[in-house]
Amino acid sequence: MTMTDILIKLLMASGTIFIMFNIAGLLTWVERKQSAVMQDRIGANRARIFGFKALGLFHAIADVLKMLSKEEFIPQGANKFLFNLAPYLSVVFALVGFAAIPIGDKLILGDRVIELQAANINVALLYIFAMMSMGVYGVVLAGFSSNNNYAFLGGMRGAAQMIAYEITMGAAIMGVIMVFNTVDLQALVRAQGAYMAGGWLPKWGVFVQPLAFILFLTAATAETKRTPFDLPEGESEIIGYFVEYSGMKFGMFFLADLVETVLVAALMTTLFLGGWQVPYLHPDGFYFPWGGHVALSNLAVVIWGVLAFFIKLGIFIWLLMAVRWTLPRFRYDQLMHLGWKILLPVSLANIAVTAVVLILLR
Amino acid sequence: MEKPELQKYFDPNGPFAALRVAQMKRAWKQANRRKLTWWEETYIPSVVGGIALTSKHFFRNLTLHILHVFGLFKNTRAAVTYQYPEQPRPLALRARTRHRLTKREDGSPRCVACMMCETVCPARCIQITAAEHPDPNIEKYPAEFILDLGKCVYCGFCVEVCPEDAIRMDTGRLDIAEYSRDSMIYNKKRLMEG
Repeated sequence: MTMTDILIKLLMASGTIFIMFNIAGLLTWVERKQSAVMQDRIGANRARIFGFKALGLFHAIADVLKMLSKEEFIPQGANKFLFNLAPYLSVVFALVGFAAIPIGDKLILGDRVIELQAANINVALLYIFAMMSMGVYGVVLAGFSSNNNYAFLGGMRGAAQMIAYEITMGAAIMGVIMVFNTVDLQALVRAQGAYMAGGWLPKWGVFVQPLAFILFLTAATAETKRTPFDLPEGESEIIGYFVEYSGMKFGMFFLADLVETVLVAALMTTLFLGGWQVPYLHPDGFYFPWGGHVALSNLAVVIWGVLAFFIKLGIFIWLLMAVRWTLPRFRYDQLMHLGWKILLPVSLANIAVTAVVLILLR
Repeated sequence: MEKPELQKYFDPNGPFAALRVAQMKRAWKQANRRKLTWWEETYIPSVVGGIALTSKHFFRNLTLHILHVFGLFKNTRAAVTYQYPEQPRPLALRARTRHRLTKREDGSPRCVACMMCETVCPARCIQITAAEHPDPNIEKYPAEFILDLGKCVYCGFCVEVCPEDAIRMDTGRLDIAEYSRDSMIYNKKRLMEG
């Protein structure tokens, strides 16, 4: 590995973190504005710098300034080390998942081939799932170390929910793995570049595994602890695991929530919507099923791909936000019923049916 | 059930008949709830329907907001929001708001210090100091007229009772906020400024 390789990797890694972090920060604004617009309101628009309001974008900055300047209170009898560690664990494990998300096709610069993926892990999917599972430690530790029974119960609730839905999530993607025969996300996205139905329909995960898509969407919403599955948090109504947190540590839990939303949206894009695949775009240009051909250079193809990835990411984020501001919260027994008695058997049935169909098609 | 007996419990011409009918319909609906079909039990149609509804609002309002930037469709509102301090909400014509003392043509108060408002005020927030008016036709005028808005209950009795139409509650000011109780006390000068 030469110096240039390391430099490119560093650039890729920091670039990915920078972009995803900024998207997550922007989500505070998106969340406010989208909920406002869909409820016939205007939304936060008062924060201004030198008279500029910028559609209320400065509220994100105002929020951070407020969080940073607030007192960081540690309750008496709390385990200080774990109490301080928990929010960092939440954010870090949400962030490292992005390393394995492919955001573009391979870019050819001179004789150098760069995969637009921060870490080319051949078990990328397992890696991301491992990291998302680690997120539960943030929840449990926060509840456990606060020396507050309500926080403790909130942490337990959160842990039970996240474990319940993780199984469904894992089972839901089994179908996708079986169809595309790989756990390497870059290879998985490449495999989604194939076409079915006489070359008209791209072979995206959502078309070959529609049930898995719905299951994954549901389980992933539960995994990120967002409405209608926000029982672990329930900021003002049911006391959640971060009830004792204040200042920026509370802000970090909040941020972890949004980063996880972006991560889940990116994962859904990669698994079910063909990642950076643009319909009918091949490595050397567009080949339309009605016979047209537009030749494109490698750079143009890569730019199209990255653009497509972020547009799909945006669509999923929009969908997750719309779900959050539409559906009411589940009751806890309904949540467990849905997770263990409905989603898990359905996802297992999905695996069985997929397996049978794949053998029959072979 | 025979008709006379039914009439004993429910008189279709009696008071609140329509309300009773509505109540009975609702009770019937609750008692005879339709069993959900299998497809409805999955909650997929209601989830999709709900998201479709909110999305309809979202895209309609977003399109209108964007069109408003270009100065189009200004008459169709995209939000029901009033930007409150700058854009006050429209008030009903009869809304009782902060008081003012009306004036004669020469600018002096119309009040004749008859003490009617001070007497009728249930909150006892008005204090009038009467003085003799130089004009023999008018008899008295208020040397000082003190109205404590911190005590006022905005009942409007003072306006009702005034024989001279000297006090009105039509300034449209509702946002009376001060840093001290003392500055809530309005004297004649402040009340006449409007």
